[in-house]
Amino acid sequence: MSFTDRVFGASGQAMALRAQRLELIAANLANQDTPGYKARDIDFVAAMQAATASGLRRTHARHLDASGGMAGSNEQPLLYRVPNQPSLDGNTVDAQREHAEFMDNAIRYQASLTILDSRIKSTQRAIRGE
Amino acid sequence: MSLFNIMAVSASALEAQSVRLNTISSNLANSQVVSSTPEGAYQARYPVFETMLQDSFADADGAAAGVRVTEIFQSTLPPRQEFAPSHPLANEEGYIYRSNINPVDEMANMISASRSYQSSIEAMNTAKQLIQRTITLGR
Repeated sequence: MSFTDRVFGASGQAMALRAQRLELIAANLANQDTPGYKARDIDFVAAMQAATASGLRRTHARHLDASGGMAGSNEQPLLYRVPNQPSLDGNTVDAQREHAEFMDNAIRYQASLTILDSRIKSTQRAIRGE
Repeated sequence: MSLFNIMAVSASALEAQSVRLNTISSNLANSQVVSSTPEGAYQARYPVFETMLQDSFADADGAAAGVRVTEIFQSTLPPRQEFAPSHPLANEEGYIYRSNINPVDEMANMISASRSYQSSIEAMNTAKQLIQRTITLGR
């Protein structure tokens, strides 16, 4: 485990995934009047597990690193939302639901941001020796 | 940084919805236009929306999908024929042709367009706040 991993925990990965999910929901909101558009989303829990999984362990310094840096975001399959009431033109975006999800995600993103912020500040204090 | 993609996606939606609002105002403005031939009557115009393919917002995860207007479709409904022999534009049989616009349809469309516009603005505002907070992280 590297220093940054120990200090910042999974907040960084959580924020990256939250940002990706926000982007997807914004795309759903943008396409709420497009005929035939299917609302998309990711399974956040599965994505987070994939992002924080330790993966292959390197037992020798010359082994290749198989974790692939910022893990998770690319491998996660984009899923389609199960529609409650699809419209006649084939659009499955439920604007209210997307709004709620967007808000929820933005708040959780801010929560990760706050945690990260406090970690940075306490690290700074520790370095200065206050 | 994918939060900036939200700006591009929402901006494309704002653009598409404003085209829609423009066609609606054009339809409403021309709803009383009269012609002496069926071909000359104003026909309602509607934009056709399409999801933008991902390569326009080149990003590794390819999640962003904006919206664009592919064409402006002209309604094929027949114009409203009206018997008005005293009208200066009436043809030999005494008929005039009014546009095929239904004002109620247009008003409903307008409400839908303005709601969609508002929700895209909201998404943009939230993204802006999140980006600002991320930039000032650790200060």
